[in-house]
Amino acid sequence: MATTPTREVAQRAFAGEFNDATYTFKESDDERAPVYVLLPTGERANRVFVVGTLMETEDVGTDSEYWQGQVIDPNGDRFYMYAGQYQPDAASMLRELDPPAYVSVVGKPRTYETDDGEVNVSIRPESITEVDAATRDRWVVETARRTLERVDAFATDDPDDPDDGATVDEYVAMARQQYDLPVENYRRLVIEALESLEADDELEASV
Amino acid sequence: MSPIENNAETGTTMTDLRTHATEIHEQFADQLDVTVEEVEERLDTLVNEYKVPVSEARRSVTNTYLDEAGIDRDELGGGGGNEQVQVADVDAPEEWVDITAKVIELWDPRSDAVAQVGLLGDETGTIKFTKWSKSDLPGLDEGGVYHLRNVVTDEYQGRFSVKLNRTTVIEERDEDLEVGDDDVTVEGALVDIQSGSGLIKRCPEEDCTRVLQNGRCNEHGEVDGEFDLRIKGVLDDGEDVHEVLFDREGTEDLTGITLEEAKDMAMDALDTSVVADEMRAGVLGRYYRVSGPTYGRYVLVDEMEELPEPADPEAVLIKARSI
Repeated sequence: MATTPTREVAQRAFAGEFNDATYTFKESDDERAPVYVLLPTGERANRVFVVGTLMETEDVGTDSEYWQGQVIDPNGDRFYMYAGQYQPDAASMLRELDPPAYVSVVGKPRTYETDDGEVNVSIRPESITEVDAATRDRWVVETARRTLERVDAFATDDPDDPDDGATVDEYVAMARQQYDLPVENYRRLVIEALESLEADDELEASV
Repeated sequence: MSPIENNAETGTTMTDLRTHATEIHEQFADQLDVTVEEVEERLDTLVNEYKVPVSEARRSVTNTYLDEAGIDRDELGGGGGNEQVQVADVDAPEEWVDITAKVIELWDPRSDAVAQVGLLGDETGTIKFTKWSKSDLPGLDEGGVYHLRNVVTDEYQGRFSVKLNRTTVIEERDEDLEVGDDDVTVEGALVDIQSGSGLIKRCPEEDCTRVLQNGRCNEHGEVDGEFDLRIKGVLDDGEDVHEVLFDREGTEDLTGITLEEAKDMAMDALDTSVVADEMRAGVLGRYYRVSGPTYGRYVLVDEMEELPEPADPEAVLIKARSI
C-alpha cells in the first residue's frame, strides 16, 4: 500500500467558497508534489467533485480549441472550468453538451492571476458526465454537510482559546493566516443551498 | 449508556453494588490497601443514601481512589466501567465502550490530524476506526487483535465508527479472532474509472486469469485471450477514497452493458476502448453504495445500488441554522 501514491480525495465545496480559495501551496519541494488550493474553511483541496447546471460553453481558444464551461450551483455562484487538448474527453463533452444540463465534474483546482492582480480560481476537469436531478440534489446535501463540518471545525478550533483542548488544525491555522474571510459566509451558503432544495420540493408539490 | 445506568432507576440491589465494588477493587488492588467491603460501602452511601445513579457513584468512588493512589484517570482508561461491546452492537453515537477486535486493514489517513484509520472486525462484523494524531497512542498493526478500552462511537449517515482518543488504552491480545463477515460497505461518488476497465482479455491458460497487455500475458506470452468485463473504479465520499472492483456480473449490473453487447460495440468500432468510454459516460459522477469482501486495496463488489435523492436535507439545515 505504501508503494502506491495516495489518491487525493475530492473535496466538496460550493462555488462561493471555491472561488475564494485563491491561496495555493505545496507540501514538499518535489517538482511533482501536488498543488493544493486552500479552502477558506480550512481544508486543502487537490481535487474537487462538483455537480451542478452547465449554463454556458464556449470555445475561448485562439490557435486550438480551448473550451470554457460554466456550472452554476444552487446559490447562483458559478464554477469555471477549462479543457483543451490535454483534457480531450472533457473538452469533447463541453463541445457536445447542450446547456442547460446537469453535469458531474471531477477535476483539479487551478488559479491564475489576471493583469489587474486578481486571482481567479477554476477547475481543470478530469471528467465531465451528464447526470440527473437526483444526483445533483444529493451533491447539494453532501456538500452542505461537508462544508458545515469544516465551518464547525474552524469555529471550535479557536487559537485564542487555549482551553478548548483542541490542537489547532494545520489548515485551519493556515486559512486564518492567509484569508480574512468570515466563515459565517460559507455557513450562509449552506443554508441558502438547502433552502433552495426545499423550495424546489414545495414547487413540485404545488403543481 | 451502559445498562448499569438503567438499573439506577429501578433501585439497586446489594449484589449489583458488590459486583461494581469488586471491579473497582480489582483496579486498585495493586496500589491501595482497601477491601471490597470498603468500596461497596462508599458506593452504597452514594447510591442508596444520596440517590446518585450507579454509574456516577462508580465514577466518583473510582476518582477518590485514583487520587489516593496518585494515578491518572488516563492510565486506567477512564475507569468508568464501560460496556464491553461487539462490533455489531454499536448502534448509537457518542457512547464510551470497550471493544476487542482485529485490525482487518489500515487505510491511508488523508489528514495529518489522523494517525491511523482502517477497519476493525470481530465475530459479529466490521467497523471503521479512527485514531487521532494528537491522542499519541501506539500504532495498531494490520492483523493484530487488540482490546481497546475507552473508545467513543460515532455515526455518519447511518454508519457507525469508533474513535480512539487520548484516554484509550490499547492492549494487544495474543490470540486470533475469527472475523464473522469481512464484507465492507462503502459509498460515494464514482469519481474515476481506471485504465484496464471495460472490455478486457484474459489469459486462457489453465488457472491463469491474468489480464493481457497488448495481447500478451505476463506469464504465458502471446496468447489468444478470452473476453471479459471489469471495472476498476474509485468511490469518493469527500472524506475517504475507496478503490472498488466490479467483475463481469457487477459491471453488467452497474452499466447495463452485457459482455455480448460490449463485444459487438468493439467489433463495430474496431476498438475495445469504446466500451470503457461508453461505461464512463453512463456511470461516472453518480453516487453508489457497494459491498463485498476486500482484496488488497480493493473492495470486490458483490452488491451495489445507485443512491437516490439525498436522505435528509432537513436535518442538515437544522444543524446549519443551529451553529
